[in-house]
Amino acid sequence: MKLKTITAIAAALFATTAIADEDAELVINGDLEIVTKTAAPAHLSDALDEIMSGWRFRSDGTQAMQMDDFDNPGMAAVDGAAEAWATVEGEKGKSCASCHGDVAESMVGVRAVYPKWNEKAGEVRTLAMQINDCRENQMGAKAYGYTSGDMAAMEALLSVQSRGMPVNVAIDGPVAATWEKGKELYYTRFGQLDLSCANCHEDNYGNMIRADHLSQGQINGFPAYRLKNTKLNTVHDRFKGCVRDTRAETFKPGGAEFIALELYVASRGNGLSVEGPSVRN
Amino acid sequence: MRLTALTFTAAVALANVTFAETVAPSDVSFGEGGAIEQSLTGVAGDPVNGKDVIVNKGRGNCVACHSSEAWADTPFHGEVGPLLDGVGDRWSAAELRGILANAKNTFEGTIMPAYYKVDGFTRPGNAYTGKAAEGALDPLLSAQEIEDVVAFLSTLKE
Ligand code: HEC
Ligand code: HEC
Repeated sequence: MKLKTITAIAAALFATTAIADEDAELVINGDLEIVTKTAAPAHLSDALDEIMSGWRFRSDGTQAMQMDDFDNPGMAAVDGAAEAWATVEGEKGKSCASCHGDVAESMVGVRAVYPKWNEKAGEVRTLAMQINDCRENQMGAKAYGYTSGDMAAMEALLSVQSRGMPVNVAIDGPVAATWEKGKELYYTRFGQLDLSCANCHEDNYGNMIRADHLSQGQINGFPAYRLKNTKLNTVHDRFKGCVRDTRAETFKPGGAEFIALELYVASRGNGLSVEGPSVRN
Repeated sequence: MRLTALTFTAAVALANVTFAETVAPSDVSFGEGGAIEQSLTGVAGDPVNGKDVIVNKGRGNCVACHSSEAWADTPFHGEVGPLLDGVGDRWSAAELRGILANAKNTFEGTIMPAYYKVDGFTRPGNAYTGKAAEGALDPLLSAQEIEDVVAFLSTLKE
């Protein structure tokens, strides 16, 4: 208790000095270089010059946890999902591996381009939607809950196969209308606090909001292991929390609004590396 | 409606007399630069309570965005808004009241929330539950809390 108080006071004293090393570079396991800062994609050049991963805004200790997979608490879920990948489930007697073989070969680059257009279904699909489509229609298994632990873990397994590759979601062609809708949501002020995503993550990144160091709210690091709730968190979980914090009625995870918002927010990170599962507070 | 307007006019006319009637959020009239001349309650603000509103997370939580020497004993000051040291020199009580009630009238497009406003929001929620608001919204702060904060901020002189 005593110690905590002292730490809190010390933290308050230093709140205006740098609490995180914003110039640190992320190298995982000593050899996997992650781009956590780069030029903003063209569609964003009116708003930002540079885009930065949320990793840059975290404390030294939190940053360090992501630099070694043995210290990254999100990696336990990846091991679990690797088992699920090879486990037969559902009426059709299949596992993910039955169709896709070795995850480390078939899934390279996949995370980097989602959400993306699915021609057959005629819809924008998030990775979670695609995972559930495989489970229901290819395996005859039950869909995972959209923001469930099983879903977050499977997303983490797929993310690891693309770690270090640049996020590169398409924003034109058949997804253009959805992207525009997501952009509109990003700039809409919600709730009784009347705040948009941009108010915090575009206008004020780098600033402290109480004890939180505001990042750009990028999603290249998702799913994210949060020290706060000690589990892997999906993108829509995070969106829900941020909308709730404006004293607004949130949108439903997996619903049309958050799908559009995910596409748009993902595109704001085009050029950053895929880094999930990341570690955040 | 008529009656409230009349009452309000009367209150303005009797500005120097203690007039203990609360002005509802929809009846507040903003003047030049977003200032509110008339006290929202007619009861003098309590600066001690005003400071608590500022630093208390469950009340105004102004500290989320603003820092000041005056609440150096509260940990974690935000830096989204300007330092409030000396704010009592920069703004009159009427201007501070206006900034608190609806800062958008003073600073166009500001991120600062409106603390005495109950309509015109998109998808207002039931506090921080993430659920839809049920019925009419309460303002983020009560009329007297606004007066208390104004009283406290007015003491912040260089
Ligand atoms: C009142 C301020 C506020 C608003 C408005 C807000 N957020 Fe956040 N958001 C935060 C804070 C604080 C954090 C935690 C620190 C950080 O990473 O910025 C956060 C974190 C995030 C993260 C995690 C980033 C990471 O690297 O782990 C994402 C993604 C995010 N926000 C997206 C959004 C989106 C999308 C919206 C709009 C629907 C939004 N936020 C609205 C305050 C806000
Ligand atoms: C989400 C952020 C935020 C919160 C919360 C917030 N403010 Fe502000 N406030 C601002 C910003 C930003 C400005 C500067 C105006 C502008 O340019 O937008 C400001 C300006 C002010 C000013 C004028 C300061 C000056 O020096 O000119 C006062 C006074 C003030 N705020 C008081 C408060 C009080 C009291 C509360 C709580 C009841 C509060 N604010 C809550 C962001 C905030």
